[in-house]
Amino acid sequence: MARLSLRNLVKRYGQTEAVRGIDLDVADGEFIVLVGPSGCGKSTTLRMIAGLESVTAGTLTIGDRVVNTVEPKDRDIAMVFQNYALYPHMSVYRNMAFGLRAAKRPADEIDRKVRQAAEMLGLTPLLERRPHELSGGQRQRVSMGRAIVRDPQVFLFDEPLSNLDAQLRGQVRTEIKRLHQAIGTTIVYVTHDQVEAMTLADRIVIMRDGRIEQVGTPLEVFHRPRTQFVASFIGTPTMNLIPIPVIRIDGQPALRLEAQVGASPLVIPVTGARAGALEGHAGVTVGLRPDDLRVLPASAATDQALQGSVVIAEPLGPTTQITVSSHGLDLVGMGDGHFLPKAGERVTLTFDPETLHFFGPDGARLGA
Amino acid sequence: MSQAALDADQPWRQRLAASPGRVLAWTLLVLGAIVMMTPLAYMVATSLKPPHEVYEINIVPIEPTFENYTYILGNSPFGLWFVNSLVTSTLVTLSVLFFDSLIGYTLAKFTFRGRNLVFIAILTTLMIPTEMLIVPWYVMAKNFGWLNSYWGIMFPGLMTGFGVFLMRQFFMGVPDDYIHAARIDGLGEFAIFWQIALPLVTPALSALAIFTFLGNWTAFLWPLIVTSSRELYTLPVGLASFSNENLTAWELVMAGATIATLPTLVVFVVFQRYIIRGVVLAGLKG
Repeated sequence: MARLSLRNLVKRYGQTEAVRGIDLDVADGEFIVLVGPSGCGKSTTLRMIAGLESVTAGTLTIGDRVVNTVEPKDRDIAMVFQNYALYPHMSVYRNMAFGLRAAKRPADEIDRKVRQAAEMLGLTPLLERRPHELSGGQRQRVSMGRAIVRDPQVFLFDEPLSNLDAQLRGQVRTEIKRLHQAIGTTIVYVTHDQVEAMTLADRIVIMRDGRIEQVGTPLEVFHRPRTQFVASFIGTPTMNLIPIPVIRIDGQPALRLEAQVGASPLVIPVTGARAGALEGHAGVTVGLRPDDLRVLPASAATDQALQGSVVIAEPLGPTTQITVSSHGLDLVGMGDGHFLPKAGERVTLTFDPETLHFFGPDGARLGA
Repeated sequence: MSQAALDADQPWRQRLAASPGRVLAWTLLVLGAIVMMTPLAYMVATSLKPPHEVYEINIVPIEPTFENYTYILGNSPFGLWFVNSLVTSTLVTLSVLFFDSLIGYTLAKFTFRGRNLVFIAILTTLMIPTEMLIVPWYVMAKNFGWLNSYWGIMFPGLMTGFGVFLMRQFFMGVPDDYIHAARIDGLGEFAIFWQIALPLVTPALSALAIFTFLGNWTAFLWPLIVTSSRELYTLPVGLASFSNENLTAWELVMAGATIATLPTLVVFVVFQRYIIRGVVLAGLKG
């Protein structure tokens, strides 16, 4: 187990800058998930940690050792690949033993470690099989077993679940989490799936265009996204983002949501500490999580509610996800599980102004 | 279920039911088989005929005899020629398998300045006909003192542009993750090539082995030119020596040729298995 530290890490391919100077400290035994859209530099970062990509600039430290130019095999890391990368011409046992054999460990130690890991992952009956005789989930477990036997300081996972179907993905996700609890090794995990990131991570690192947008616990990044990008990336369904002009009423800032012809605009007063955040801004982007936007029958209308007509209603069981056209916007909100309005039906939308997130023109969060 | 399996479930009468397409396909296949097999059948037949019967049209010998075989085995250096062919063809094949795959792997999996230039240079060697190279090869062999030696027979074929091209294409299809995994597992670059990458391209290796072995086993022109002593002849050159300006002893040539086909059959049967298995493995992957 070890700490991991990235200082101003840069990766350039010719003129293209894939990673643009990132700083990150991973504590001993921490489970860190790098998440972001394709091309955000998360995999490149992981591969630099693994030593599969050279570091263009910056410092990479594992434990107390700067490893910028250290060979992958000498970094004391193990990696689980997206397509498992199990050697197809070797049995499960040989696949798992391969790294230890290459390191010329004694045969009895190899055997003990392989069997121990196989036991932990439920692979014992499969040890003599070849990879092509295994299901996707079993292959992924073998690939984890291969990493475990090496007893590394840091585990690296490169989108390990993306080749599995939805149900299996959930299962293996649980196994990975349990594995981390059992062995407590530092893990750096890359995914583009924010659900994986939320469920697995101690801390999430959200990346975009080769930079870190935010580092925080799953709840921090969900409840207090530092940028508009993070707000829209984390959480399903995606946060509603609405550009709204800021007006002043009695010296206090307020938000004025213009209505379509024939209806009155909605004015949302902003009070307390949050008011200060809006000072000096002519307009802001307001973020509202679908879970914070209640969709009710039209009869529930009040002054502080939005009106709209249903575009589509998608029953999810306990709740219904409803897209509503209101004030010229398509807003996604949640209704009761038994509330299934038809398309075109009038509905009322309510929310607590305290749940609103404000973002400035540069996308940065305004206020606490 | 595959078409073949479906077919197998049907009564044979139904399977033979003639659709025009099927009749055409079978006719073409049978014709093709006849065209392919006739020379082979004639070769074996002629090898079993006594000299006076050689120019008869009959396929089945009237007075079958093994004398041709006993003659070439007893009264010519046939055994020596066979060994010469076997040694040179095998060594050249091993060399081609090793070096061509090593070069192909390097070109496929490493990025370095001038990589494409090297690849194109190797490809261009494919466009030069052998006949054009004979004289330079001969001059080279003469200057280095390689004339009339095993090395002289073998050196032009030890690495081939075609093999490099074939292996490079196959290695390009090997996912980089295998190589990265092996690198993390602590293997050196050569060990990665040898233990991980090479076993993943056995179908290509098998194909290359068959092509190379057969090509060298039947090679005639260069061995004829580079060898001068009868003891160093390869099989095709040796067999050709049974004919001269006055007479060709076809029955002896055919007996020799019949024996000469045996190793090629062995090579084909052995390596064909790997080709088929490789295809099956590839189908199951992922």
